[in-house]
Amino acid sequence: MTMVFGVPLPALLGQLLIGLINGSFYALLSLGLAIIFGLLRMINFAHGAQYMLGAFTAYLLLHFAGIGYWPALILTPIIVGVFGAVIERLFLQRLYGLDPLYGLLFTFGLALMLEGIFRYYYGASGQPYATPPSLAGGTNLGFMFLPNYRGWVVVASLVVCIGTWLLIEKTKLGAYLRAATENSTLVQAFGVNVPILLTLTYGLGVALAAFAGVLAAPIYQVSPLMGSNIIIVVFAVVVVGGMGSILGAIVTGYVLGITEGLTKVFYPEASNTVIFVIMAIVLLVRPAGLFGRE
Amino acid sequence: MAEIHTSTVPSDALDDCSVSKSEITARRLALVAGLLLLLVAPFLIYPVFIMKVLCFALFAAAFNLLIGYTGLLSFGHAAFFGGAAYFTAHSVKEWGVPPELGILIGTAGGAALGLIMGFFAIRRQGIYFSMITLSLAQMFFFFCLQAKFTHGEDGIQSVPRGHLFGFIDLSQPFAMYYTVAAIFLIGVFIIWRFVHSPFGMILKSIRENEQRAISLGYSVARYKLGAFVMSAALAGLAGGTKALVFQFATLTDVGWQTSGEVILMTLLGGIGTMLGPILGSAIVVMLGNYLATTGFPVTIITGAVFMICVLVFRRGVVGELAASRIGRKFGLARWL
Repeated sequence: MTMVFGVPLPALLGQLLIGLINGSFYALLSLGLAIIFGLLRMINFAHGAQYMLGAFTAYLLLHFAGIGYWPALILTPIIVGVFGAVIERLFLQRLYGLDPLYGLLFTFGLALMLEGIFRYYYGASGQPYATPPSLAGGTNLGFMFLPNYRGWVVVASLVVCIGTWLLIEKTKLGAYLRAATENSTLVQAFGVNVPILLTLTYGLGVALAAFAGVLAAPIYQVSPLMGSNIIIVVFAVVVVGGMGSILGAIVTGYVLGITEGLTKVFYPEASNTVIFVIMAIVLLVRPAGLFGRE
Repeated sequence: MAEIHTSTVPSDALDDCSVSKSEITARRLALVAGLLLLLVAPFLIYPVFIMKVLCFALFAAAFNLLIGYTGLLSFGHAAFFGGAAYFTAHSVKEWGVPPELGILIGTAGGAALGLIMGFFAIRRQGIYFSMITLSLAQMFFFFCLQAKFTHGEDGIQSVPRGHLFGFIDLSQPFAMYYTVAAIFLIGVFIIWRFVHSPFGMILKSIRENEQRAISLGYSVARYKLGAFVMSAALAGLAGGTKALVFQFATLTDVGWQTSGEVILMTLLGGIGTMLGPILGSAIVVMLGNYLATTGFPVTIITGAVFMICVLVFRRGVVGELAASRIGRKFGLARWL
């Protein structure tokens, strides 16, 4: 058997794949956080809960309306995104002039509430969500066995990340968004409806979290706690990457996911904490984050 | 940071000589009444409940030292509280040290953790500071999950309370209660002294205008770290005491939910007030105890209270009271 640094090659590649999949979720979630932060200047603590909400919406659509994975992949981000937009309209708009900490605390409360509601009805244990039949099974790549669904997750998250990046960098809407990030008062003076832009942005960020949730449903179990488990890691990812750059958030997400996977191979005890350790090192060397602007 | 609603600005008048004599008398009367209440409380209410309130009140007051007087929102204070609980429980149970030394070890452990976490966290400001403290505390949580001495999911069980100074048997509920009450008073007094010391004044100036404090020649990073360690040590004092009261230390106390809970207590009571965190923790502990009997999940209520506080109630109970018409008439802000 081929060995790399004393580790069998299939084991290494297997963990690398797991790392890549975790990285896909980190990238999608930190991308959403970065977009929301860019315009709203607010950390969306409910991002993990909205990711959980995405997974649960897909689960509920399947069990109560018989709507399968593929329609759910489109419907869920819309449903949860609209939910986010309503929250923004009703509540978050009242917090804009205040210290950003209040936005953090409000969304923290929202996250606790959403998690509590689903825990009340579904308990702390996970609900299984079947892999769509069209992606069941796996492909033998010669050097490793790749479950089709996991390959799909990596491709889908890459496409969505790059698509979102293009939307922000290359379209007119994205140009408005970037301009409003720089100076929202001036953009409003030019006749752009900035409040609507803020609502749309929050909705988009939430929809990305929900999309990640649907992608995650067949891999991890659909559990009320899935959001709070991942969000703290994503915060560390965001601190490492710095929230100044959309591309930075995506790249950091993938790189840290893969690093975490590799740590599982070489030093499994540290796999839970490696991202936090990297965060601490980055804070020492480059406090603004790898892609951040001070 | 200027938008954080605190009512500390008028409370600066504490050091003002213009406070009238009758007000000083009234304030002393209120203090005596509070002490009397603390003295007779165990005869009226279940002592363990009050001890729980006192531990969390000290914890929240320590947390408030940071958010209320320095403007730093730590999302990782559970690490100091829960970590100290582990240190105290382990030293008392495994090493057989007396309870007073055990609590000191917990406090020192909290301070040491605060020094390490603070060293990293003060490199960033605002919400980044919050995210970093949260991440570092989560790292400590994973450490506690895996370390041998914490016994993982089981926690450290049946910690002996021992004899305070060798002759006060803490297994007696009343002896334990008055010990906790004394620790609470000492802790709150330290916080009060700290806030009204020149050091505390500089912290407030950092909260109000960090750039200006820098230009005046203050080494802002060092002051922030000092406040962080102080807050962590006092949170450790509260955590160590709690470990003795309940005779166990578990992962719950180091989890992020506990960090959230202490934020809620402070926010609900009133950020930047002396009495706010104490009142807030009494309300939250009472609410938790009540909901535990109904089976309704606490987090739904906690989350809702959080949202309501942030939307309409940012000064908290004590802060709103002081800012109300009656509060202003009686100059309550100077008291609370």
